[in-house]
Amino acid sequence: MESTTAVKKKTMTLVQAITDGMRTMLAEDENVLVLGEDVGKNGGVFRATDHLQEEFGEGRVMDTPLSEAGFIGAAIGMAVNGLRPVAEIQFLGFIYPAYEQIMTHASRLRSRTMGHFTVPIVIRAPYGAGVRAPEIHSDSTEAIFTHMPGLKVVCPASPVDAKGLLIAAIEDPDPVLFLEPMRCYRSSREEVPVGKYTVEIGKANKLQEGNDVSIITWGAMVPVASQAVKEMEAKGVSCELIDLRTLYPIDRDTIAASVQKTGRTVIVHEAHGTGGVGNDVLAIVNDTSFLYQKAPVERVTGFDSPVPFFGFEDEYLPTPARVKHAIEKVIKF
Amino acid sequence: MEKQFPITKWVDENGNITGEDYKEMVTEELARTFYQHMIRIRTFDKKGISLQRQGRIGTYAPYEGQEASQVGSALALETEDWLFPSYRDHGAAMTFGHSLKNILLFWNGRNEGCIPPEGKNIFPPGIPIATQLPHAVGAAFAEKRKGTKNTAIVYFGDGATSEGDFHEGLNLASVFEAPVVFFNQNNRYAISVPMEKQMKTKTIAQKALAYDIPGVRIDGNDVFAVYFETLKAMDRARAGEGPTLIEAVTWRYGAHTTADDPTKYRDQMESERKRNETDPVLRVERLLKNNGWFDEAWAERMQKQAAEEVDAAVAEMESFPPADPADIFDHVFAEPTWQLQQQKQEYFQAKKGVPVWNQQQQ
Ligand SMILES: Cc1ncc(C[n+]2csc(CCOP(=O)(O)OP(=O)(O)O)c2C)c(N)n1
Repeated sequence: MESTTAVKKKTMTLVQAITDGMRTMLAEDENVLVLGEDVGKNGGVFRATDHLQEEFGEGRVMDTPLSEAGFIGAAIGMAVNGLRPVAEIQFLGFIYPAYEQIMTHASRLRSRTMGHFTVPIVIRAPYGAGVRAPEIHSDSTEAIFTHMPGLKVVCPASPVDAKGLLIAAIEDPDPVLFLEPMRCYRSSREEVPVGKYTVEIGKANKLQEGNDVSIITWGAMVPVASQAVKEMEAKGVSCELIDLRTLYPIDRDTIAASVQKTGRTVIVHEAHGTGGVGNDVLAIVNDTSFLYQKAPVERVTGFDSPVPFFGFEDEYLPTPARVKHAIEKVIKF
Repeated sequence: MEKQFPITKWVDENGNITGEDYKEMVTEELARTFYQHMIRIRTFDKKGISLQRQGRIGTYAPYEGQEASQVGSALALETEDWLFPSYRDHGAAMTFGHSLKNILLFWNGRNEGCIPPEGKNIFPPGIPIATQLPHAVGAAFAEKRKGTKNTAIVYFGDGATSEGDFHEGLNLASVFEAPVVFFNQNNRYAISVPMEKQMKTKTIAQKALAYDIPGVRIDGNDVFAVYFETLKAMDRARAGEGPTLIEAVTWRYGAHTTADDPTKYRDQMESERKRNETDPVLRVERLLKNNGWFDEAWAERMQKQAAEEVDAAVAEMESFPPADPADIFDHVFAEPTWQLQQQKQEYFQAKKGVPVWNQQQQ
């Protein structure tokens, strides 16, 4: 965490920290505006924009028609014309109508015009399974977006990171997809600095130092991996736990330093295995640290099935037991 | 619906003014201005096709036949307005002040072609059909929020009206009361697909009803109707009265692009007939002649001037410095990511014949 002038802290959940991040930026910069479906009076389906319309008015916190392509497209036009839109997609599974706008415009307008037109927008989207949501409400398709050149993809796992990364995303000169692990929205609380601070995009966070194995994960899988790490520590295995926080650009240096130290790597993500961001982590291990590896890298991921109906979601989602199994495998190799 | 949305015409095919009300507005000065601009963009268009045939630029999308729509609408804009063209609307873009050289660079595969002259709010051409409509709504919304009187105009074809972004754009603009003009050029074909297979409605203007915004249907080959109706729509937008949908009924004479063969899907004799009967440039020429305003020497001068301007732009395009591959990497983000830096370094080393092992620790 950098540039903290604020010393005062307040206990917040992750979703409250996100609201606080938006509030901070709405107050700081009149060009910032929040838009999306039900973000106004309703405060968003997850209450992430709770009370913001009351505080800043309908001109700054706008309900849009049900029109993902339309309002993401309009947000691009706004951003090009000097505004800083923060758009909410209700669930990542409903971002697909806007795929074209993100892929063919938001992410490449800077490149097309050699920097003449730029798109400083933030697209916030709750993602992931584990809250017994109806079908399509549980997708974790971050890799579709890390594959888009020109887009940054951020995924905090804690309240402090959520607020700091959101502020950094709003201030970023390029488009940022901001993924919010809905499973973590209210699962824990943390002391969050009051006022403005940023967490640097592109930097991972080492949550725990260890020597035997590196566990690399992000978002809603952080608590899962963390549980596994605790249980393995009890068995005498020293684990280093890394929360990537940013999925593009990934923090190569933190990964390399860790896996060179431990020589063993387990990657945990809830997204489908094939084409997942875990494969990019694996490529970094290969490119930077191949000769340091004492065992093949293990990946613990969701399956190559659609995210199942919630009746099966506990089967689909990586669990501490699966992570532990992978750790044992790389240790015993 | 065709009765409810009749085609407005100010000057007919024979160059006659259609109503007493228009007589005062259809002036010699305007006629000459329109004529000159249409000659200019037609000259450019013909050159575009010939450059492509000679392999001097890439695939090119011609607009010949649609000059009145593009010139009339673009001349209705104020300097600080926004223009969102599709790939077929560089006639409008250059009329609004885009650089001919840059437009040629665009068709020759250069990003510099997407950059408008300083102070001109011209977006790069919309390639994915209809995606530019929401952008125009957003830019117009931002103008409204800034409290300016600026507006946005966005161009698209008949085929585009089947895309979701058309409907989302109109709906958003209507809800936001955005100062935007949706300018449809109904040239009756989307590549090979005729309007009857694109939609059951007989007009495009009527689609405005669904969004409770004005829908106007005009003869897109009548530059006066285009100019004055666009002006009205712009005035409404500037006055805070929200968006307008304009359907300009027109025709493209040639192929969809230089990679297309229109004889596969339509009888090109229709284009030949239209060249003689409903041509937008000929119409103004007839108007000028009917009123004794036509001056042969002046017209020739305009032709010559246009040819010289276009030739100069071609020369500039052809002497433009070659593309710098560094640009591939340098404009993806404000600050290139380590991936892009690494890929750039490897690319340049490989080009120099330097082996690229062990780059990861650069
Ligand atoms: C989303 C999308 N689908 C398909 C295409 C390929 N395509 C390019 S132009 C075109 C026809 C568009 O017709 P219309 O909107 O009537 O405009 P016109 O070309 O006649 O000006 C198609 C299908 C595209 N560019 N974008």
